[in-house]
Amino acid sequence: MRILALAAILALVTPGAALADDAPIKVGFLSTFSGPNAVLGQEMLDGFNLGLKAAGGTFGGRAVTIVKNDDQAKPDAARQTADKMIESDRIQILTGIIFSNVMLAVAKPALDAGVFVLSSNAGPSQYAGKQCNPHFFGVAFQNDVSAEAMGVALNNKGLKRVYLMAANYPAGKDFLAGFKHTFKGEIVGEVYTTFGQLDYAAEIAQLRSKKPEALFFFYPGGMGVNFVKQYSQAGLTREIPIFAPSYSLDQTVLPAVGDAAIGAFASSSWSETWGNPQTEKFVADFAAATGRIPSSYAANGYDTALLIDAALKSIGGRIEDKAAFQKALETVKFETLRGKFRFNANHFPIQDYYLTEAVKDAKGRPIMAKRELIAADVADSLVGDCKMAPGSN
Amino acid sequence: MSPSLLVEQTLNGVQLGAMLFLMAAGLTLVFGIMNLINLAHGSLYMLGAYFAAAATNATGNFWLGVALALAATALVGAALERLLLRRFYARSHLHQVLVTFGLILVFNEMTRLIAGPAPLKFALPDVLTGSVNIMPGVPYPVFRLVILGVGLLVAAMLYLVIQHTRLGMWIRAGASDRPMAAAMGVDVELIFVAVFSAGAALAGLAGLMAGPVLAVQVGMGEPVLILALVVTVIGGVGSMKGAFVAAMAIGLIDTFGRVLLPPALGAMIIFIAMAAILLWRPQGLFPVHG
Amino acid sequence: MDEPVRPRTACPSRDGLVIAAIVAAFACLPPVANAIDQPFLIRVGQRVVIFALAASALNLTLGFGGMISLMHAAFFGLGAYVVAILSFHEVNGDSLGTGPLALVGTSHLALSLPLAVAAGAAVSALLGAAALRTTGVYFIMITLAFNQMLFYYFVAQQTYGGEDGLQIPGALDLAGLDPARRTPYFYVCLAIFAVALVGLQRVVGSRFGMVLRGAKQNERRVITVGVPAFRYKLAAFAISGALTALAGGLMAGAEQFVSPAEMSWSRSGELVVMCVLGGLDTVWGPALGAAAFLILEFGLSNYTTHWQLPFGLIVIAVAAFSREDVAAWARRAGWRA
Repeated sequence: MRILALAAILALVTPGAALADDAPIKVGFLSTFSGPNAVLGQEMLDGFNLGLKAAGGTFGGRAVTIVKNDDQAKPDAARQTADKMIESDRIQILTGIIFSNVMLAVAKPALDAGVFVLSSNAGPSQYAGKQCNPHFFGVAFQNDVSAEAMGVALNNKGLKRVYLMAANYPAGKDFLAGFKHTFKGEIVGEVYTTFGQLDYAAEIAQLRSKKPEALFFFYPGGMGVNFVKQYSQAGLTREIPIFAPSYSLDQTVLPAVGDAAIGAFASSSWSETWGNPQTEKFVADFAAATGRIPSSYAANGYDTALLIDAALKSIGGRIEDKAAFQKALETVKFETLRGKFRFNANHFPIQDYYLTEAVKDAKGRPIMAKRELIAADVADSLVGDCKMAPGSN
Repeated sequence: MSPSLLVEQTLNGVQLGAMLFLMAAGLTLVFGIMNLINLAHGSLYMLGAYFAAAATNATGNFWLGVALALAATALVGAALERLLLRRFYARSHLHQVLVTFGLILVFNEMTRLIAGPAPLKFALPDVLTGSVNIMPGVPYPVFRLVILGVGLLVAAMLYLVIQHTRLGMWIRAGASDRPMAAAMGVDVELIFVAVFSAGAALAGLAGLMAGPVLAVQVGMGEPVLILALVVTVIGGVGSMKGAFVAAMAIGLIDTFGRVLLPPALGAMIIFIAMAAILLWRPQGLFPVHG
Repeated sequence: MDEPVRPRTACPSRDGLVIAAIVAAFACLPPVANAIDQPFLIRVGQRVVIFALAASALNLTLGFGGMISLMHAAFFGLGAYVVAILSFHEVNGDSLGTGPLALVGTSHLALSLPLAVAAGAAVSALLGAAALRTTGVYFIMITLAFNQMLFYYFVAQQTYGGEDGLQIPGALDLAGLDPARRTPYFYVCLAIFAVALVGLQRVVGSRFGMVLRGAKQNERRVITVGVPAFRYKLAAFAISGALTALAGGLMAGAEQFVSPAEMSWSRSGELVVMCVLGGLDTVWGPALGAAAFLILEFGLSNYTTHWQLPFGLIVIAVAAFSREDVAAWARRAGWRA
């Protein structure tokens, strides 16, 4: 009896000791919940939770514990928080990360510790190419790709003189690099602004003086809201049309800028008007749960949850068998909102890209309406640099 | 640089200068008169923006929101002075740095606790959105012109008050020789509260004008605090004229530095300028004491 | 020069005992953490030891020299970046700089840590020489400005990750030891900390330390007796900057990641808080202050995401109730006219 009691006390004070296969799966959800980009983390978490609910509240039949933390969109703060989640909370999956700079700061310690990193948004070029890793999966997109698609779309529209702007961080550089891969016209200016900068007066003045035919920009979240607003206040919206990847023109930006964005174009792998039954159900469920139209961040969070569930189901929930889980993820089949999805050899998606345009819906709300297909089955151009190491436990 | 771009960037620089002056005015008076280093001045800037955003959203009236925010920030300033900071006038600089550093943490976290982690919405009335042509074919946002105008107006008013009224005379006396002013019968206590809450209201004014342009968010005060401290020190602690000259100089140097210089130098230029000026004149451009 | 330079009144052997006790207490941490299966605590302890070193270094200028510096985080970050950048260049296989000044990168801490110390000493001597021309509030503000200057310098270094920081790409090596092996590296840091503390104790007790404390209390008096106070203050500032850079270099080894955030001005403020928390008039006080600060931060953040609120209130209370003012300094410094 005394030994039993002792064992019970020991079990209580040693949180990581329970390794039984029916223990809950620990998912670390590290995302941005404060500052001007807080809405992005909340969108993604709402989407992820909806996906978990759609999977019956379990992943592969096992209960789920979500360890939720705020990365403040700051790599250094994220690094410290992630270390704690990995070593103290002992998470098995890390997801939720929005920003590529945060991803580059936390992915290495997570992967070194054997944690699976399933990126529900950030898709830095480093992890698609040379640093590709058996336990790293980019579920959403690779940064360069939607910009490459936009370059093609602008070629098709016959635009010749384009001005480029992006936030100065890894994703900003990837997006502009991707655009330059495919765009054939002249780049009349290329400006990087400080990550998190919210006042663009000086840069907008600079832009106007160059008289471009179009602007391609990448500013996610709060940066996008401020940029599009100030761009329209400076009276430029009608003069110089704007183009962006969907992550700068979606439901995290549109409601705040209102009419200022109408007529802008994005290149998207998903939008709220995607037109398949699963998207219609998702948009309705999301609206019922939150009262909002879901953004691309919410959709990617939802897809990530469904992906984890599908992969775990196929191996009977045995996440502890890392080689099996990796294989299950590589070959996963699930009902993605995007309609079409599979992982490439570097664990980044192969998917279709469409042009979307900001229009008003029946209720007068700005939405991104699906237009023509830009390219089908698009893979990133970095996969050649990836020599995927064999999986291991 | 084309002439229209030059005009536009100059306006941007003067507008930043006007903001910095509003911040530095309170700092330099509190430094000069009470001999207090107030690192929490940036928190008053943040509070001004939050009060204005909350009051505007609650009442639906921007102008009422602005008035309420100014009054509330002044009140917070007065309470801060009476309840806490007056105990620190005679303490060492180290303790002043500590207590106001602690205040920054408290104000930031209280704001996050009450208003939430996401920025507050703060929309301008229709009159202030949109743009006007400052030169043919060069539109400039109306609200930025308003910021510029308000900054210059406040500077002119402060100049009149300080140079040409009895209150201003007392303040000047307090800044240059406090014990003598007290001996001459100036109600020093009253002057202290008045100066502190006026400084708070000016910081709040700067904050509420920055709110719609930037974002009403926790931590918005710290970057501008650093710039305002630079302005205060370059101008000479306690000197209103110094604060104005230094604010305009820093506003212009920063704006043009970012556009014209390579990025590393552009970001450091104002600090290099400050070090150079202090090496040349260790008491700032317009020293008040001694 | 008729002023006799007397040794400190405080008993040196007592200070030595306290230092030994602190080091011994830190040394117990890894076995305890392993016994309760919480290896994460070793990581927390690692930070405590490293910041204890940085705070002790700062206190040479702050407590004993009376110079309120808000730029020590910049020295800390500088040391960290020296280690990280040298490793970055070794992995890239290129050299750093050009011409006769070209340096080959290295991942050996036995080489990069001394270079971090040298860089800390050089930069703090250079900037200190400029800052020490000012006094009082101007000194505080110019050190704050210098801190931001170095901060923005590293933010602008796109090659090294800019604002996002730099992940050290390869494996570091300290005389055959991989710093990623937590427990042995912890003991290495602890040993370096112990040696530094004993060294600081000797510096403070020497004639140099006497002059420094004398200059804090009354600089003009020190100058009138023919001692060049400026040089002593500058030397103290450089020693302090070098040791702080060493702490930063050790941190880079422990975390394998450096970021300009390590050198933000609020980090400088935190170092000052650590010193005041532990007391400014002993060599070992700031180490205890750093431990209290980081354990408080860690403990509070486990209970609430709003831990900065109680934390800020504690800082305010410390400022309000500590009697560490100029008069107390003078009394305790043992300087009698």
